[in-house]
Amino acid sequence: MNGVPLAAYLSLGLFMFVTGVVGVMIRRNPIVVFMCIELMLNSVNLTFISFARYSHAAQVSQDAAAHSAMAGQMMVIFVMAVAAAEVAVGLGIIMAIFRLRNNIDIDELNLLKG
Amino acid sequence: MGAQILGVTLTPNLMVFGGLATLSALCAVGVVAFPNAVRSALCLVVNFFLLAFVYFTLNAEMMGITQIVVYTGAIMVLFLFVIMLLNLGAPQALKEKLDFKTPLGLLLGVALFGLVGSQLLPTFVGVTQVQTTGALEAFGSPQAVGRSLFSDYVVPFEAVSILLLVGIVGSILLAKRKI
Repeated sequence: MNGVPLAAYLSLGLFMFVTGVVGVMIRRNPIVVFMCIELMLNSVNLTFISFARYSHAAQVSQDAAAHSAMAGQMMVIFVMAVAAAEVAVGLGIIMAIFRLRNNIDIDELNLLKG
Repeated sequence: MGAQILGVTLTPNLMVFGGLATLSALCAVGVVAFPNAVRSALCLVVNFFLLAFVYFTLNAEMMGITQIVVYTGAIMVLFLFVIMLLNLGAPQALKEKLDFKTPLGLLLGVALFGLVGSQLLPTFVGVTQVQTTGALEAFGSPQAVGRSLFSDYVVPFEAVSILLLVGIVGSILLAKRKI
């Protein structure tokens, strides 16, 4: 949309990313930790799309601007695909841990402790 | 036009973006703050949905629709299914203890926001959209995205298909009781 500065989109992305980081650090439920990771991935997606949209504001040729506009969107598609695969495998691991321990509190998972 | 705030004219477009951004930021905080995992998941659904509309405001229509279908449609349903299957019962079953981690995490978060914000954001102040011309007219249309995906980016596309296949096999392997 015309009239919205790039910094506004970047601020929203930064805020969501920081919220995700804080959530990963302070929450103990691994499902919520996964949701916070999704939040971080989405904030990066938002940053990619906003940079792609504003790429023509930089002083580059029309051709290069169109190319980088597409590159940003392609990156978002691949991030989405990787996120889908990551969620499927991660939730499978959580299910397996729950079956093994009957408890999924990540602060009490110390199987790898020597 | 309207009033000037920080050198930016307050247009209706900016107000729409402000509403969407405020709501999605609130939902992001809700994901972290709610003790109940189901409420966190519902907050995240709303956040992803609003983010799709933010993508629409960036003219990335294809990305917005993909966001709704993939994130709010598929990934969040998977999350809710797992929450339901684990049946953690009452929220106190996994009590979030208030220990030194919470204030420390909040402090580090504020520090990260301050650091990245103060270093990066001033560089981009004043960058606004110029009038769209020619090549950027169809910036996020399905035609443009599809043409690019199947010409310049066909090798990563195939790599992603292999990744998804491995993901399917891996998740079945992990979730099955006996192979």
